[in-house]
Amino acid sequence: MTSPPPLIEQHVLEYPGGYTRSVGTAVSRYLTGLRDGVIVGVRIGDGRVMVPPTEYDPETGAALDEYVEVGPAGTVVAWTWVSEPRSGKHHLTKPFAFALVRPDGADVPMVHVVDVAAADEMAVGMRVMPRWASERVGYVTDLDAWVPISDGETPSAAAVNTAEVSGEPVTGITVPIRLEYEINAGRAPSKYLRSLAEHKIIGQRAVDSDKVYVPPRGSDPTTGAPTTIEVEVSDVGTVTTFCVVNLPGLSEFAPEVPFVCAQILLDGSNTPWFGLVQGLPADEVRMGLRVQAVWADVLVPDARSIKWFEPNGEPDAPYDTYREYA
Amino acid sequence: MRDVAVISFAQETAVKDRERNEVEFISPVVRDAVAGSGIARHDIGFTISGSCDYLSGGPFTFVQGLDAAGAWPPVKESHVEMDAAWALYEAWVAIQTGDVDSALIYGFGKSSLTDIHEVITLQTDPYTVAPLWPSMVDLAALQASALFAEGDVTERDLAEVAARSRRDACANPFAVVSEEVDADTLLGRPVTHAPLRDSDIAPVTDGAAAIVIAAAEVAHDVCARPAWIRGIDHRVDAPHIGVRDLTTSASTRRAGEEAGALQGGFDVAELHAQFSHDELLLRAALGLSAETAINPSGGALGANPLMASGLIRIGEVFRRINAGEIGRGLAHATQGPCLQQNLVCILEGE
Repeated sequence: MTSPPPLIEQHVLEYPGGYTRSVGTAVSRYLTGLRDGVIVGVRIGDGRVMVPPTEYDPETGAALDEYVEVGPAGTVVAWTWVSEPRSGKHHLTKPFAFALVRPDGADVPMVHVVDVAAADEMAVGMRVMPRWASERVGYVTDLDAWVPISDGETPSAAAVNTAEVSGEPVTGITVPIRLEYEINAGRAPSKYLRSLAEHKIIGQRAVDSDKVYVPPRGSDPTTGAPTTIEVEVSDVGTVTTFCVVNLPGLSEFAPEVPFVCAQILLDGSNTPWFGLVQGLPADEVRMGLRVQAVWADVLVPDARSIKWFEPNGEPDAPYDTYREYA
Repeated sequence: MRDVAVISFAQETAVKDRERNEVEFISPVVRDAVAGSGIARHDIGFTISGSCDYLSGGPFTFVQGLDAAGAWPPVKESHVEMDAAWALYEAWVAIQTGDVDSALIYGFGKSSLTDIHEVITLQTDPYTVAPLWPSMVDLAALQASALFAEGDVTERDLAEVAARSRRDACANPFAVVSEEVDADTLLGRPVTHAPLRDSDIAPVTDGAAAIVIAAAEVAHDVCARPAWIRGIDHRVDAPHIGVRDLTTSASTRRAGEEAGALQGGFDVAELHAQFSHDELLLRAALGLSAETAINPSGGALGANPLMASGLIRIGEVFRRINAGEIGRGLAHATQGPCLQQNLVCILEGE
């Protein structure tokens, strides 16, 4: 008998609107420079000029404050080719090079991009100049890309900034970050989740233990032993502890406030289980309250299958029956 | 200093495991490493893991990994957001303090759940580098390009490393990439991340590994052939990639000096080279001679489960000492773009 494959979900890790960062003194000088169409580095303790600048010497940690304008032309000291730019990540939409470019007047190179038509136009030692974005907002892509410069050509100054920006130094940036995942539940949680779609709650226990874990994760957390034995537990249980929620709008699934979320020890299980409690005023919910699951009309292999728990009319459970779990 | 030895090791790898969650992945290696140690689970004094929450996409997911470790009654526990080789270092320090006599170390990472190369981008400077989204491979390729520009390293040198690794990986059941191949054949394949070919780049790998280490008074009792840790050290280079000399690995050199590696005499070196040119940089930094067999397991070019791969290097050297195949070996682990952080561990038989 083969069991169905474990459940897989798509998951996006994203900070809506982007991650906001304050930039500090040195990065402010750098990004304000880019906004103004110049590249700013800093002199470090051994006399070298480093770009982008930092507030501290990378070797000694000493404070630095001698900012130096470098470039505008520069030299490629290393490169690689990106044949498939990533949408939503790379700011260039056609193939380009990542490169270490050392601006004239600087002693160390910086990571940035070079825009040429094909990889065979790239070479270590090639001379490049900045192509500035027309709208510059104080971000690393204000320097849109380095581009080849021919012998004797003079880099042109950045055009007037078309972005509406104040003359104040850049103090912060907003960085979009998005990672996409394929999360897999694993064998044990998949069995549990599928049981919810069948109007059942399936936990697991290890061979050498009588503790039943719901939801199961595949191992007995006390011993690390695999939980190979499936156990159906009741949809009736005891509230071991609870919280009255007065914050509205926490989730699209949350009921109107005030509502109660609770740890519920399902009969036959040894791990309290998270659920909502409805069917009585929030201020009447109490430890020991006996409750029963209210199942959704449409059952699915996830937590939405149980809408909430309601009192089932039994007398409250004595404290001793759940004290180990409270 | 207390004498401390590696006494057991277990590992597991897969190309793209969608059957098991992290706990189900870790459990077997923890169980095997503990069983192999001859020490009862709750007699092991310290438990520590290495993992990266960004790999699984949730905060504090490493805590769930403890479900696999048998953590009740409460164990003395720690975690590093680093390859588990650094967890082993912390465990070694814990034993040196006299606080504990033995430790369980495990590392795990399912690199296939997301685009691992984008995850590593987020380790770079968040103001001036990460917003450009250079991947881990792009940054490594820049290092290779800088190395080529020096003129001492050629494409063929890289292809020789890649071909030997792929051939050696054929004998390693945990390798996810292996092939009987020579350098000429690899040189005939396309350059994918100039100047690198796919064969120069470690494969995306899911995996977990666990090791038990113990102080001499315990190790002698439970292990016939322990692998003694004769030196261990880790060092870090500046995070600003431009300011580093990418044609050498200064932090590897320093860690090697501190660990006592530069006197040589190694039968085997397992180097955590995630790219072919990494191996050349590491060999030079550590001054490894031609007598030392490099990465007989196939190395990270055969399987590279992030957060466990460095620990596996230590485990591979242990395994050979424990089997009586070799007397003295070096293990290396790395983390961060362009070999930013490096750990060197020297292991010896009796």
